[in-house]
Order: sequence, then structure tokens, then C-alpha cells
Amino acid sequence: MPEPIITINQLSKTYHTERGKEIKAIENFNLQIYVNNFICIVGPSGCGKSTLLRIIAGLDSASSGLVSFQGQPISKPSRDIGMVFQEYSLLPWLTVIDNVALGLEFAKQSRSVRLDVAVSFLKMVGLEDYARAYPYELSGGMQQRVAIARALANNPQVLLMDEPFGALDAHTRILMQKELLAIWEKNMKTIVFVTHSVDEAIYLADTIIVMSSHPGGVKEVIKVNMARPRDRANPIYGQLASQILCMLEEEVTKVK
Amino acid sequence: MNPWVRLMSKNVANICIMLILPLVFIIIWFYLAKSIDNTVILPSPAMVLQLLSHPSENLISMGSLTNNIFISLLRVLAGYILAVMLAIPLGILMGYYAKIFQLFNTFVGLFRPIPPLAWVPLVLAWFGISSFATLTGVERGILFIYLNNIKLSMVFIIFIGAFYPVLTSAIYGVKNVKKTLIDSARVLGASESDIFFKILIPAAKPSIVNGMRIGLGVAWMCLVSAEMLPGSLSGIGYLITHAYTIARTDVVIAGMISIGVVGALMDTLFRIFEEKKFKWQRLIR
Repeated sequence: MPEPIITINQLSKTYHTERGKEIKAIENFNLQIYVNNFICIVGPSGCGKSTLLRIIAGLDSASSGLVSFQGQPISKPSRDIGMVFQEYSLLPWLTVIDNVALGLEFAKQSRSVRLDVAVSFLKMVGLEDYARAYPYELSGGMQQRVAIARALANNPQVLLMDEPFGALDAHTRILMQKELLAIWEKNMKTIVFVTHSVDEAIYLADTIIVMSSHPGGVKEVIKVNMARPRDRANPIYGQLASQILCMLEEEVTKVK
Repeated sequence: MNPWVRLMSKNVANICIMLILPLVFIIIWFYLAKSIDNTVILPSPAMVLQLLSHPSENLISMGSLTNNIFISLLRVLAGYILAVMLAIPLGILMGYYAKIFQLFNTFVGLFRPIPPLAWVPLVLAWFGISSFATLTGVERGILFIYLNNIKLSMVFIIFIGAFYPVLTSAIYGVKNVKKTLIDSARVLGASESDIFFKILIPAAKPSIVNGMRIGLGVAWMCLVSAEMLPGSLSGIGYLITHAYTIARTDVVIAGMISIGVVGALMDTLFRIFEEKKFKWQRLIR
């Protein structure tokens, strides 16, 4: 058995509301993520999926428990762990290519290296013709492709994705899922992908983590053993979907 | 139709619309002046136009309109530049660090409602008629004439006027930077100084420049009150008050119009700069 690249051990996160009330967002969460895995985390809204991802990214800290990357505890953001956000996060005053080169700029790479790398990643997401455009000139799907290129240009070991296609229309979303798989197969990164769409999770993931809510924890770990590209018309696809939807329904009704 | 011709005719139409109200205003002024028939109460537009069309002519032995405007501009710029230099860094720090905001906000907020003019007695007690010449130690020559015209008391009044709009817009410019932008820079490996110089400042720039534009407008408006202070012997504001004491209402109005035109001109320059530089900001809405 290889060593996991990310280990989450007994993770808990508690918030305090302004009235001093304690809210348990995540409790006793355990997960091991292995190199080159494509993990999807699904769960009802408010189950702490995004919080979990932010803790792995080093943007938030755990209340207790340990999250480690290659055996080292994560305490702050690092270049080894990239992230793509749900909201558009490109810098609106920079051109597309400068946005993609941003991580390399922070790493103090020379301009020529930055541009070379950025161009190659723009090609990968099929947007090399838009290098000199500004983000506002691009559609939502294109902006998210640029955000993915930007995260990958930094050459992270792990890519975290927080509902990156949540704001896109259904058709664009399916196209983006295909493209993401192609990129993943080319680059072989480890991806942790948060979504509330069961369909998206089954289409993408090696392993689906179904989260329980209030507080968030691991409800079920499901291995998806279907060959890619996955066919949505396959009966196994539908069975898996209804099985996961049932679990989510339990979680949602539990709250009421 | 040729697109150039269409563009031209559209521009001509726009200019015509803009000119309607000023023309109506001047016509009413003309008839009022004629029926009142007293140049101290209301001089005719023609008299004022006569003054404005010879801006470099000596008026009421106080120098020309252009010369007085130039001196006023120097004063405004002195106070304004000081205000901008202090307000922008302070505003950025207050916008980003909650602790610094708490430290300064109440204190700075106490002074905000005080009209710049209310500072006059205190400012006179502090600075009297000392000027930039006193500060720099220059005692003769053409430089002395200009420096001596920039009284510390005036600079202070103008400073107060310009300070708050610039400060407020810098604070809110930084506070309103989308958190996702900062987070995404962090995961890309940005250091604290990267966050400051490559994210916060560029993101807040449109708001800061907008505050600078408003601040310059307020600074310019504080001018007349600043130039009414003792020790002032020149400047467009002083020209107006002096003209009033010798009942030269035409000079008063010509001075007022000059203030308006110069202020509007500065504002327009800023606006053009903003539109050119911050196209992205209008378009992301």
C-alpha cells in the first residue's frame, strides 16, 4: 500500500456565531487521499464541504485533529496544493495570460519563463487565442478554464476544486467535466473535487465521499468502478446515482 | 451614411443638448441685468465676458485672472498632495488590518464632521502668516514670491478638505476587495507583500482614484475660505473678496466662473484618466 498524499485525521472544526453559539461544522472527519486519485466529495449544502477544502488548502485552520500533506501538517497555503474556487477568482485588471502566470510571478520566475509556461497551460485548456483578453471579455466557462490553467501552471501536487462548475449552465458544465478528465489524465494530479451534483461526482470520481451533515463527517465511501469515458445511459450509473441520492435525502431530512 | 459622418452628427447633437441650459441661463441673466440696470447688483453677461476674454489683464490692481488662478492652484496642490500622501497609505492600512481600523476610526471620525472653515481660528493661532518660504528659509527672488504665497494656514484648510474623501475611499476600496481574490492569491503562493502590492492596491485603485477626484474637488472648494484668511494678498478667492469690498461685482462673477471652469476641467481630466485606466471595473459589473 503506498503512502497517502493527504491524511485527514480526527478533523473537527467549530465556529462561534456572533451570539457566542457554538456550531460544529465538521466533526471527527477521517480520510486518506492517494496520489493520482480523483476524489469527489458530495453532501447536502451546509455540510462543511467547502470548509473541509479550505482547511486542506491551508486557508482555514482546524479546531482539532490533523491534516497533513506528505506527512507534514498543513498550517498555511502552499504551492503544492492548488485550488479552484466556485466564484470567478481571476484578477480583472490583468490579461488572461498574466492571470495564468500569477503563481509563477509570486515565485519570482523571470517574465520569459512565466509567459512560456502560461502559454502552454492556456493551450491545454484551449484558450491560447485569448491570451491578451481580459477576464470580463470571457464567458463563465472560459473564465473557469483560465482559473484551472492558473492553478495547474503552479505545478501543484494536489488540486482542490470547490464546486468549480457550479455557476455554469448544464451544457457547458458537461463539456467542462470532459475537459477536466482529459487534463487530469494528461497531468495525473491528485484532485479533490467538491460538488453537490451527484451526476457530476459519478462522472468524474474514482472515489466518492458522501458527507453527513450537521456536523459534517464521512457517511459513506464509494468506489466508482466504471471505465472512462463513463456513459450516463449505463444502468450502473443510474443505480449509483439513486443510491447516493437516497443517502443525501436521509441527511437532508435528518435536519428537519 | 458614412460612419464618420454619423459619429460627427451624433456628437454635434450631444453638444447641442449640453448647450441648451447654459444658453437659457445666459439669456435670463442678460434680461435680468438689463431690467435691474445696476452693475453692482448684477452686471451684464457682456461685462463679465469682457473680463474673461482678457484673462491676462491686470484687474483692480491685483494682477490678472490667470496669475491669481495659478497662485491658487499652487496652494490647492500643496494641501492636496499632502492630504493624498497621508490619506492613501493610512486608508489602505485601515482597510486591511482590522486592528488599525479600530485604532484610528473613532479618532479620525471625530474630526470628519468639522467643516474646514471651523478650523480657521485655531489654524491662525498656530501658523499665523508663516508660509512655505518661512519653512524653507528662502528669503528673496522669484521663488520667495511663490513660496511666500503658500501660507501654512491655507494649506492646512485645504488639506483638511481633501483628506477625508481620499481616506474614506481608500478604506472602502480595500475593504471591498473580493475575499476570493485574496484567497486565490494565497493558494498560488503570494507573500504578504504580494497580497498588498499585487492584489489589494490594484483592486482598490479605481476607488482610490475616485476618492482623489472628489478630494481635489473639495480642496478646490475650500480655496475661497482659505484665501479669505489674513496674510493673503493674492489668489482667485482673495480676488473675489477684494472685488466685493470695492463693489466690482463683475470681477466677482468672473472670478466665480474661473473657479468653476478650472474645477470642472480638473474633474474632467481625472474622469478621462479613470475611464481609460479602469475599463475593467465598469465592465465586470
